[in-house]
Parts: sequence; C-alpha cells; structure tokens
Amino acid sequence: MEHVVDPLITLKRGGRWSEPAAFAAMIAFFAIAPAIVYPVFLMKVLCFALFACAFNLLIGYAGLLSFGHALYFGWAAYVCAYAAKSWHLSPELAILIGTALAAGLGLVAGALAIRRQGIYFAMITLALAQMMYFFAVEAPFTGGEDGIQAVPRGFLFGVLNLSQQATMYVFVFVVFLAGFLFIYRIIHSPFGEVLKAIRENEPRAISLGYKTDRYKLVAFVLSATLAGAAGATKTLVFQLASLTDVHWSMSGEVVLMTLVGGLGTVFGPVVGAFIIVAMENYLAEFGQWVTVIQGVVFVTCVLLFRRGIVGELANALKIPL
Amino acid sequence: MLEALGISSPALFGQLLIGLINGSFYALLSLGLAVIFGMLNIINFTHGAQYMMGAFGAYLLLEHLHLGYWWALIIAPIAVGLTGVVIERLFLKQLYQLDHLYGLLLTFGIALIIQGLFRNYYGSSGLPYRAPAELQGVRNLGFMFLPNYRAWVIVVSLVVCLSTWFVIERTRLGSYLRAATENPSLVRAFGINVPRMITLTYGFGVALAALAGVMAAPIYNVSPLMGADLIIVVFAVVVIGGMGSIMGAIVTGFGLGVVEGLTKYFKPEASDTVIFVIMVIVLLVRPAGLFGRRA
Repeated sequence: MEHVVDPLITLKRGGRWSEPAAFAAMIAFFAIAPAIVYPVFLMKVLCFALFACAFNLLIGYAGLLSFGHALYFGWAAYVCAYAAKSWHLSPELAILIGTALAAGLGLVAGALAIRRQGIYFAMITLALAQMMYFFAVEAPFTGGEDGIQAVPRGFLFGVLNLSQQATMYVFVFVVFLAGFLFIYRIIHSPFGEVLKAIRENEPRAISLGYKTDRYKLVAFVLSATLAGAAGATKTLVFQLASLTDVHWSMSGEVVLMTLVGGLGTVFGPVVGAFIIVAMENYLAEFGQWVTVIQGVVFVTCVLLFRRGIVGELANALKIPL
Repeated sequence: MLEALGISSPALFGQLLIGLINGSFYALLSLGLAVIFGMLNIINFTHGAQYMMGAFGAYLLLEHLHLGYWWALIIAPIAVGLTGVVIERLFLKQLYQLDHLYGLLLTFGIALIIQGLFRNYYGSSGLPYRAPAELQGVRNLGFMFLPNYRAWVIVVSLVVCLSTWFVIERTRLGSYLRAATENPSLVRAFGINVPRMITLTYGFGVALAALAGVMAAPIYNVSPLMGADLIIVVFAVVVIGGMGSIMGAIVTGFGLGVVEGLTKYFKPEASDTVIFVIMVIVLLVRPAGLFGRRA
C-alpha cells in the first residue's frame, strides 16, 4: 500500500544545503515581491501559506487528514475580530486570544477525532467543523451573513501603526516566518521523528512503547493553534471575519493548497498556497468556474502528481525540500 | 393527553414526520456510502453531488423531454448510476492500491467539479419540482394530516433499504459481494469477476443516491448545492452507525432523522447541530460506533 506521503521525501538524508537555500530564496521572494505585486495579495498568500503549513504538519508528518481545519482558522478569525473591534484590544493581544481559542478547540476536536482512525478521522473532523459552522451562523456575536466587518488593525504594541500597508506587511511576514520556523523545528525534532514513525507504522510505534495517541493529539493541537494564528492574522489584513472562513470549502481549500505544493514537504504548502490564492484572485471574474478548476486540480493531483510540485521537484533533484 | 403536558400533538407529529422524511434520505445515502465503502474502501465524497444529479435528472427530464416523475424515478438513477460506472472505470480504479485518503480527496474534487458546473448553468437558487398528480393531496389520520407524497417517500425508502439489505445479506449474489469485501483475491481465484463487481457496486451505490435525489426533488427545491451540506450530516450518521453493518446504516439513518425531528419541536435552534452532538457522545461512549466492529 502506497502511503499518503512518500517517505523518501521526508526521511532522505544528504543535500543539507537544499533546505537553507530554498529558505533563503523564499525570504528573498517575499522581501522583493511587494515592490512588484499588490501587497494585500501577498499578505493573503502569507496567511494561507501559514495555514497550509499548519495543516501539512498534521497530514504530512503525522499522516492524519483533517477535513475540518476551517474550524480553527475561522473561529480564531472571529474571536480576533471581536476582540479587536468590540474589546478594543491591541492587535497582538487579539491575535493571541484568537490563537488560544483555536488551541482549545483543537484540543477538544483532536481528543474526539483520534478515537477513530483513517477515513473516520477525516469524517469526524469534517463533522465537528460543520457543527461549529452552524454555531457561527447562529451565534449573535459573529454577525451572521455579514460577518464582523471593519475590524481595526490598530497599533502593534501600542506603537506601530498597522493601517500603514508596509508596516502591516512586515508584521504578517514576521508572523508567517515565526510559524514556519516553529513548524520546521517541530518536524526536525525527536518529537517530529516519532510523528513520522507513527505515520509510517502506528502499531510498530506502539510496540516500541510510544503512546501514539498523545503524540497525535499534541500534533493536532499544534496544527490547530498555528491554523488559528493564520486565521487571526488574516482577519487583521482584510479587517473582516466571515462565514467563508469557517465553511467546509475553506477546509477543502487548505487541503488543495497542501496537495498541490506537496504533502510532507517543508516548502510545498507555501508554493501551493501561492498558486491557489493567485488562481482565485486572477480567475475571480470567471465565477463558478474557479470551483470547477479547483476540482480539476484536485483530480489531476491525486491521479498524476501525488507528490505535488515541490515533492516532484525534490524527487527529481534527489534532495529534501 | 399530550396536551396536558403542554405539547401540541399536531405540531409534534408534524415534526416527527419531517424527521422520518429526513431519516429516509439519511438512510438511503448512508446505505449507499456503506455499500461503496465495503467494496471499494473509498468514502464517496461525490455522494452528495450524485444525490443532487438525481434531483436535477428529474427536473431536466420534465423540462426537456416532458417525462414526469414516474419516468424520472427509473431513468434518473440509471443514468446517474452509469456516470458513476464511468467515474469508477476512469478514476477510482487507479486508487485501489493507494492509501484510502486519496479516494476521499479524489471524490471531493469530482464533487467540486460537478457542483461547480451545475451552478454555472443553473445558478444557486432552487428550482421548483411538483409532486406527481397521483400523490398530491393529504390524508387525515385523525391525530394529524399526512401529505400523500411524504408517506410515499417513507414507504419507498423503507422498501429500497430493506431490499438492499435482503440482497446483500440473504442471497447468493450478496454472499459473493460479502466474500469479495473480505478477501477479493480469493474470490477472484474462484472465477468471479471481482473488478466488474466493484464497478457495479459503485454504480449501484451512486444510483441509490440519485434515487434519493429524485424523491427529494418535490420536497426540497432542486438546487446545485442541495447535497453539499447534506453529505456532511450523512458522514456524521455514518460515524455514529459505523459502516460495518447494512442494517446498522438503515436503523441509524431513520433513528437520527426522528431525533432531529423531535429536536426541531422541543429546541428548534439545536436541530441543525443535534446529529453532530450525538456523534460526539457516541465517540465518547462507544468509539467504534453503534453498530461498528472495533477496527
């Protein structure tokens, strides 16, 4: 049985320069790009890249497919928006509160979902996310169909004015980098190695004495927390939290981004997020065709490019990326 | 007697009826999912879209060919079932050696394509579809009024579910199916064409979804996204029941429909979420599902 993630991609040794080089290229890209491309678009890419990286931590390294990651992204967005707008909290506190809520939700949902394996795990995460979607529809503070609009960006640490686009861009970039490096640290730690062992062969990991459920739960909470950080940051960028953020199609989108970029690759989710966000932005005029194209990309990736773009590249060059 | 407790019986029975109707659809859809999962080891995310295609099939047959409900009841499931056969031959077939999750991702992609295409051509708003003349009207049962069409839906759904159960659990064909689920290579060695059986099973599961769609058309409006949210509820139903048992899927489907109907009466604001809440409780108390075997 072929696994979701090609183990060679993540277990391969050698080529130690490749990841730092790709990292430098990524930094250079996001440092230069605002001069050429619309910064709000880039900030959207950065938020979704962090979201996809968080999702990838779960599927790529622990082998768990969550089909409900919009739950953490969207609810963190709502709470961050509410904290910033109605409690007049500073942006860093609003993001922290949103992220903390996502962590709490992740703890509850994760503890429930890991009680079943494989396909059931995916269905449970999807169902829990749908339940919380209905709460979001009905709860008074979320603003129903309108969402929470005109969220103030405020002053970071009371000093830096985030309504200036350049300041906001740097802030979003720093949040993304912190999340990215944190994930990188996790997957290269002994904890990350255990996750990979669970992904490859859970019964064997159990027989070696690892309490795999605990590892899976911690990975789930970490992933949900970072997805929350991405959602909360996105709220400040667009000054909006809405039902779109908690809808199942958002969960599908993050799966697509990670799949396109490459499951279980370090840089794949970033590339995937860029491609999908660009596709949505530039094809927006085609209306519903975007959904159709997303579906076609899904089908093509599953049938022909299961390693994703970065995964195929890494495989062709025989280096980890 | 119920009035003494402050419960209005016509309203209560009305909600129970709606619950049974919803339960009919949950049962038909989760049954199809269970049959497909048993044979293909794939969770068919396209199921909701195929349910919608059944409803649209009925609508289009009437609009373009002037074929009414009774024709639609036969033609739409067969036609949609055939599209399922094509999907299985072209795409799903390539995934049997891979992790199950790829099946979920692929069928999700196909659902996006189908729903996107229908939204392009028919918009997002619902299109009306009338129940056939023979089934219009209402019957007075004394304690409540029962629309004939709704009674028909419940009866047909029960008959279809129980016949499916009978075929799978009590006939020779069903025994081949069950054997192929347990050990495909051994069944192949006995000279049974397992790949064809898999294709037909998928086609049959899809046809069940389309049949549910045709029956739903006069009750809910026909719209491209009618199956998108429903399929997630059906997933929860499947998690609650476990996919190991055909009868389990049927009982869970109807039971949860009734529970949802009761919730609508006693606590309307919780009716959207009650099935998910039950799922959480079942996961805490009986992680393998009500009818599931411990994996």
